[in-house]
Amino acid sequence: MNDQGDHMTDQKPFVDIQHAQKSYGALEVLKDINLQVQKGQIVAIIGPSGSGKSTLLRAINDLDPLTGGEIWLEDKQINKNLPHRQYEKHINLVRQEIGMVFQHFNLFPHLTVRGNVTLAPKMLKGLSDADANKLAEEQLDKVGMLERIDYYPSQLSGGQKQRVAIARALAMNPKVMLFDEATSALDPELVEEVNLVMKKLAEEHMTMIIVTHEMSFAESVCDRVLFMDQGVVVEEGPPEVMFRNPKNDRTKEFLRKHLAGQHR
Amino acid sequence: MQKVFPFFLEAAWITVLLSVLTTILGLILGAVGASARLSRFALIRFLGAAYVSVFRGTPALIQLFILYFGGPQIGIQLDAFQAGVIGLGINAGAYMTETMRGAIIAIDKGQIEAARTVGLSRFQTMRYVVLPQAMRLMIRPLGVNINAMIKATALVAAISVVELTYTAQRFIGSTYKPFEMFLIAGILYMIIIYITGQAVSWLDRKARIS
Repeated sequence: MNDQGDHMTDQKPFVDIQHAQKSYGALEVLKDINLQVQKGQIVAIIGPSGSGKSTLLRAINDLDPLTGGEIWLEDKQINKNLPHRQYEKHINLVRQEIGMVFQHFNLFPHLTVRGNVTLAPKMLKGLSDADANKLAEEQLDKVGMLERIDYYPSQLSGGQKQRVAIARALAMNPKVMLFDEATSALDPELVEEVNLVMKKLAEEHMTMIIVTHEMSFAESVCDRVLFMDQGVVVEEGPPEVMFRNPKNDRTKEFLRKHLAGQHR
Repeated sequence: MQKVFPFFLEAAWITVLLSVLTTILGLILGAVGASARLSRFALIRFLGAAYVSVFRGTPALIQLFILYFGGPQIGIQLDAFQAGVIGLGINAGAYMTETMRGAIIAIDKGQIEAARTVGLSRFQTMRYVVLPQAMRLMIRPLGVNINAMIKATALVAAISVVELTYTAQRFIGSTYKPFEMFLIAGILYMIIIYITGQAVSWLDRKARIS
């Protein structure tokens, strides 16, 4: 285990990933990864493309199931071995507690902003139209998109779409939020509005796991940073150490290249 | 000449009736076939694929002949009209299976992931996220299937259903005017197909707005 000691209290971790392993045939993309996230903690995962960081994130809600290891959310094991029907029931319940935000937003184009946010609460929590509307208004207000509640996704900018996608995830009142390169597909001038929403969530102590290429954002928001390369966690630590004074040569190399790229 | 018109109108009505019933049967079989093709069970997927290859891989005329002339030998007794509807319907269903399947798999995988990550079940994802989007995509290509199928109704003349083509042939014997008889039949087909085409366009526009 790569326990870093000081910030790991004896408190039981909120999200607990143990010996995560994933292979596609002979190709091993995750090699014995361990990650413990405490309630309210914000963890950034950085690394070159193909390092396995998105795969790890997508394993947490079982979009990309692991081939070995365990993932726990509080006292529930997420990737349980169950017969198909029971497993479906189990995973649908687990996923309601884990919000996910994608690089390409994945809003439902045939539904309005309101429809996007209310669909799952209506279907899964049995909310009435009136209650679901109220919920949608609250969540959209939080991300600054209330005025666009009756727009269709095609009428929104990328940053607006992503904020709606965040509201859609928040409407299920998740315990954890997963962000998979949430700002990578955005024009540079639209990144900030999404970052602001994520900072707001951070201030509310939402537990978040963020796969990102935005080092300055990771540095300002996260409690902990993991650097992944070739399917392993190479180094992890608090952002001030990881970004200012990393110990591992691969981490140094990655950050050097990355920062050089950003100033081009 | 005027004496033949009432017969042609009646024949056109039979063609319309054949087309409507065949479309309904084709859509039902297409939906069943597409579900089978997309099943998570390999055996059901295989059955769906077999249905499509058999009925797209042989002439519709042979399928009709087997059903109408060969059917009684294996205990299937159908009158010509019934055989026409069932034979053409099964044939159209094979084409519609592929159309519907194509529209469903054209929906971005990210849509399914987004629906599943908020906790929607496979069924709810299909019903509320994938199908509403796929329906819009399939209206026009299904219109093409229906267009082809209306024209294929001419084949049932060969098993003596008194529709447009059969009626034209029948009056050539008494009028000796094949040009006029087939022209009348052709014009009536065109009217039926034009109206159907307009209906499909209207549906397509409506689906785009909503």
